[in-house]
Parts: sequence; structure tokens; C-alpha cells
Amino acid sequence: MFKEKGPDVTFSQPVEEADGLKTQEMIINMGPQHPSTHGVLRVELTLDGEIVTRAVPHIGYLHRCFEKHCEAMNEYPKVIPYVDRMDYVAAMNNEHGFAIAMEQLMEIELNDRVEHIRVIMAELQRIASHLLAVGTFGLDIGAFTPFLYCFSEREKILDIFEKASGARLLYNYIWIGGLMNDVPDDFKTDVSSFVKTFRPKIKELNDLLSNNKIFLVRTANVGVLPEKVAINYGISGPSLRGSGVKWDLRRDDPYSIYDRFEFDVVVGKGEVGTLGDCWDRYIVRVREMEESLKIIEQALESMPDEGDVHESIPKKIRPPAGEIYSRTETPRGELGYYVISDKSTSPYRVKARAPSFVNLSVLPAISVGAMIADMVAIIGSIDIVLGEVDR
Amino acid sequence: MQQFLESYLPAAPLVVLVYAMIPLMIILLYALFAIWFERKVAGHIQDRLGPMRVGGWHGWSQSIADLLKILQKEDIVPAKADRFLFKLAPFIAFAASYGAYAVIPLSSEYIGSMIDVGVFYFIAITSLLSISIIMAGWASNNKWSLLGAMRTAAQTVSYEVPTVVTILSVIVVTGTLNLMEVTEMQSGNTTLGFLPNWIIFHSPFMLLAFVLFFIAALAEAHRVPFDLPESESELVGGYQTEYSGMRWAVFMLTEYVDLLLLSLIGVVLFFGGWNSPFGSFMDGPVWGVFWSVSKAMVLVFVMMWLRWTLPRLRVDQLMNLCWKYLIPICFVNLILIALWEMLF
Repeated sequence: MFKEKGPDVTFSQPVEEADGLKTQEMIINMGPQHPSTHGVLRVELTLDGEIVTRAVPHIGYLHRCFEKHCEAMNEYPKVIPYVDRMDYVAAMNNEHGFAIAMEQLMEIELNDRVEHIRVIMAELQRIASHLLAVGTFGLDIGAFTPFLYCFSEREKILDIFEKASGARLLYNYIWIGGLMNDVPDDFKTDVSSFVKTFRPKIKELNDLLSNNKIFLVRTANVGVLPEKVAINYGISGPSLRGSGVKWDLRRDDPYSIYDRFEFDVVVGKGEVGTLGDCWDRYIVRVREMEESLKIIEQALESMPDEGDVHESIPKKIRPPAGEIYSRTETPRGELGYYVISDKSTSPYRVKARAPSFVNLSVLPAISVGAMIADMVAIIGSIDIVLGEVDR
Repeated sequence: MQQFLESYLPAAPLVVLVYAMIPLMIILLYALFAIWFERKVAGHIQDRLGPMRVGGWHGWSQSIADLLKILQKEDIVPAKADRFLFKLAPFIAFAASYGAYAVIPLSSEYIGSMIDVGVFYFIAITSLLSISIIMAGWASNNKWSLLGAMRTAAQTVSYEVPTVVTILSVIVVTGTLNLMEVTEMQSGNTTLGFLPNWIIFHSPFMLLAFVLFFIAALAEAHRVPFDLPESESELVGGYQTEYSGMRWAVFMLTEYVDLLLLSLIGVVLFFGGWNSPFGSFMDGPVWGVFWSVSKAMVLVFVMMWLRWTLPRLRVDQLMNLCWKYLIPICFVNLILIALWEMLF
């Protein structure tokens, strides 16, 4: 089913209908230059009219040799900017994951202030990433306006990041053993005012898009991903939770200081259609933003004012020989880093288990029988970032 | 109007030419305005300002600048396209839309052609538009264009039925197919003392007929939520995918001209056409143009408003809406209007 090859004989054989007309399935390339494939994904679609009979994703257009580059770096900290560029809409979460992996390998303990800032940053980034996912999903369905509303909110988060790190997209902020620098003095007020203004915006988004009748008929019962299939394919993140599986690494395998915070793991319930349809995956993201707000609020409250963010950064990062696999929950799912150290200053091997890549693998299984318009919805609801798929 | 022109212009063909060009002047100006207006509407709906720089005041000359840019674009015809049909298609589209203006009474003194089967002619000539789109989709030799064209064919053929039936329900009331006469019937005295004598206020079912007409017209004009032929997030650009430069501009122009056309026919059939909403106040041949265009602009604004608010339907849902809901409701409504006519 997933073999990549030229057109099958069965496709090119015209079928003669009763009235003497010949019909034939059409093979069409969706991408790499297509407005709705969220980057340079190419999906080879076999169409019967507008119905998809086979979908084969072709990837690799954005391959940048991430893993090989990491080995070529002469210092571990130089890997962090490369990590940023994997899932470029959630760079903070990628950095966080890699820093945690390295800290586990080197057995570095962090002070509370660093942990709190990291968690706040990671959750803000999760909101920013979900805003992008939700907005572009609306765009895929044809609603242009919610996209811009989402982006103006995302902009506020990027402003906070810019104040802290100087960058708006690729931060290099979370370092191994600490942070690049401490947050600015007005960080707490900035974040809490964002939290305050953002809550009503979620309601606005729900009014405008989530509960829109046309949006509902376009996304309910479309691209149904049953629980079993999701688990078998190794789906993670909101796409998995959309199928009703209560699995979130922040709760089930807590890293950093997530075990200190109260939050719900949002799962799809099949409210408007079948469990695991596009709407469920979408609404999980919307509701997760609220949960992230909860975490941010708690973290702001308990964040200590004292603490040196450079305290535990080693002078020379030279981890002991050994290997580590560490996983964290990014907005797209389970991001795992497998790092092998040979006791030198650069990694012997870095492997990233990219959630987008794994999530994309389910596309052929759930898109058969969908229409082209549904394909767009399905790709949007899986929420892939091609930078992470190809690395 | 024609006599006025004859007294100034030397030759009869020239009179006909000038007479036929009047709507063109209006719609070209309108198109420049509407494109700017749409961007402003979109901007303000989306919490931004829209074009602000070109020309000074709120970027008023943005569409002129865009037009000049488009005129300078390279003329591209895809290598394996059917060159003749590819080049012809946008102009047939425009001709179909423009041809329909012949029967629209813009004012009490101006109608392109005073024919007794105006409504019939209107329905017939607007159907040409779908042929040109299929032509464009087929000639482009691009699968996305082809899919877009297929959708258009299905959509236009389907939605012509509710459009025609709602128009027919107006004709039941007016008893004439001549649009000038339809408009004249709506002038003068008022219904219920304060409302203008427009067909939409004729009976409650007329209001429903207008809503149905408006939905069908949205679909005919390929506007959101029915913009499937050119749905850019699915079909790249639909039938327009391979078009660029001037020919694309003609399609764009056609889209806006079509928008005004359907709004105008809506105004003529339901909102008294060129009649002033204030009885004899501000009434007259020149005010007539003002009223018909500004009433149409209100409908155009509503269409823009919808476009920047709603998502898009899927192609099968579009067909469901048409055949399972709109058409039965339209027919029931037609019968109710006919009964109302018999009883009152």
C-alpha cells in the first residue's frame, strides 16, 4: 500500500462503462508547490473523480542533514540552533527537549527559576504553535479571517520571546544547563497581561470558527483516525489525543517540573461526529491552549525571583561516554532525542524522533475515500511541519 | 437617452456604440473601486487597515497601481495548452457577463436593449460564463484547472435551477419578462404606508424568495462559501491556475462584473431597481443610475462580508444544499407566491 513506484497497471487501464464511455483514474500531484500542504510536502493522489483512492506522501524536499550536521559541530551548544530549525514554529520546545536530554546525560541539576522560565516559554510556544495550526487549518477550510486573528495573538507571544531572546522565530534561548540570559524585568507582567487578554480570544475563535456550521460539516466525520490505528502508527500529540487516547508526556512521563502543575489532558470526544475526526483534532488544540494558560498562570505564581540562569551551565560541555534517549511533549507530539556521546565535545550521533514525521505516516491510511477538499482538511488537522518531517 | 445621443453624434453606428459602452464605463470604474473596497473590507474585518499607501487617502489608487502592474506582466501560455481556447476563454467570460448588462435598466432612461424577454435573455447569456470556465480549465492542460472547471460546470448547472425558479416567482407577480417594466411597476405609491412599493415587500414569501435568490446568486458568482471553482487552498487556483497577467485580470474583472450583475438583477427584481427609496424625492433618470448602483453595492458589500467570514463548503455538500434543500424550498415558495397572487 505504501510502496513508492510509478503508476500501477491498474490505474492506467481505462475501464469501459456500460454506455461505451471509458473512465480512468487520474493521478495528480498535490504539492510540493501547493498552498495547503503546509510546506513542501508532495502527496501523490490517485483520484476517481474527486474521491481519493490512494494517497502517497513524498517527503524530503526540505532535508537539511540535521543529524549529520550535529555530528559535525565541534561543540554541543552549537547543536541547539539546528534543533530550532526542525520544528521552526515551536523552536522553544525543541530546544527544551534537547537541553533536557543533554542534562540527563550529564546529570545536571537546575535551579527552580530556570525550570520555571523554561516551562513558561515552552507553554507560550505551545500556544503560539497551536494558534498557527488552528489558523492555517481554518485557512485550509476556506476561512481566511480566523487565520489573521490567530496570527495577531501569536505575534504577542513572539514579542515576549523577542524581549527575552532577541529573536522571533529561532531563539537559541534554552541552553544546556540553563538559559541564554535571564528574562527581562517586565517578563511577568507581559506574560500575565497576555494570559488575561488571550482567554476571551479563544472564545472569539470558537464563535467564529469552531462552531461555525460550515466548518462543522467540513470537518466532522472527515479523516477519522480510530484509536487503534493511531496507536499502531505511533501517532502522538494532539492528533493522538483527538482520537480519545489520554496520553500526554507532561502528565504520563513528567519531565522538567510539569509534575508540579495542575492541568487536564484534553482528549477528543467525538462531540460533533465520529471520534478521531478532523474536528476532534482541531478542538483538542484549541482546548490545549487553555490548559497551557493554566500552566503558565501557576508557573508565574510559583516562579522564584532569585536564581542565576547561568549557574549550572558547564564551562566545557563534555558528557561522559554513553547514550541517552529522552522524550518531551512538543505541540506536535512526542519529540525524542537519542544522543550518543563518545566523551568528546561533539555528539557522536544525534537522532531525533520527529512527531510530524511519524504523524504524517498515517496519511495514506486515513485519506482513502476522502475528497480533495478533505485531503486538505486531513493534512491540516494532522498539523505537520515539513522542517521537522524532513529534518 | 438614445434620442439625446442622436442629436449630438453624427452617425447611427456611433450612437449604438456609445450607447452600448455606457455600462462598460460604469463597470470599469466600479471594478477599480470594488477591488479596492474588497481589500478595505477584508482589512477591517481582519483587524488590519488594508491598502493605505498608494495615492494618499486610504490607498485609493491601489487598484490602479495593480492594474498597471498586471498590464506589464509577461504573457504566458503553457506549452501544451490549447492556445486558441486558452486565449479565448477569458474574453468569452467577460462577454457573457457584459452581455447580460444589455437588459439591466440602469435608470428610467437607460436600458441597453428593451426586449420583452429580458429575464429569459439574462438567464441564457449568463450560462455562457460556465462554458468559458470549462474552456479555460480544459485548455490549460492542467489537472487542477480541469478539476476546477468540472466543479464549475456542476455548480453552475445546479444553481441555475434555484436562481431561475426564484426569478420566476418574481415574474409570477409582475407578469412580464421585460425588466424595465418590472422596475416601473415598483415605482410610485408605497405599500403599508411607509415601505416603498418594492417586490420584496410584496408578501412574506417574497422575502424568502430573495434570500433564496441571494444564496443561489452567491453560488452563481462563485463567492464564498461557494467559491469551489477557484478554491485556492484546495485546487491551487482552479481554472485560473495557468492564467497570468492580462488574461488573469480579465477573469478577475469578470468575477467583479458578475458580482455587480447579480446584485443589480437582485435589485431590479426585489428592490425597485432605479426607483428612489424615498418616493419622488431624489428621483429621476440620473438619480436612477445612482440608486441602482448604490443598492447593488449594498448587496456587493454583503457578499464581501460573507466572503471574509465563512469557510467553504465541500463540493458534495454544495450539491446537497442545492438539490435537497434549495430547489424544493424554491418550488414550494413559488407555489405559495402564486397562491398569494390568486388570493389577494
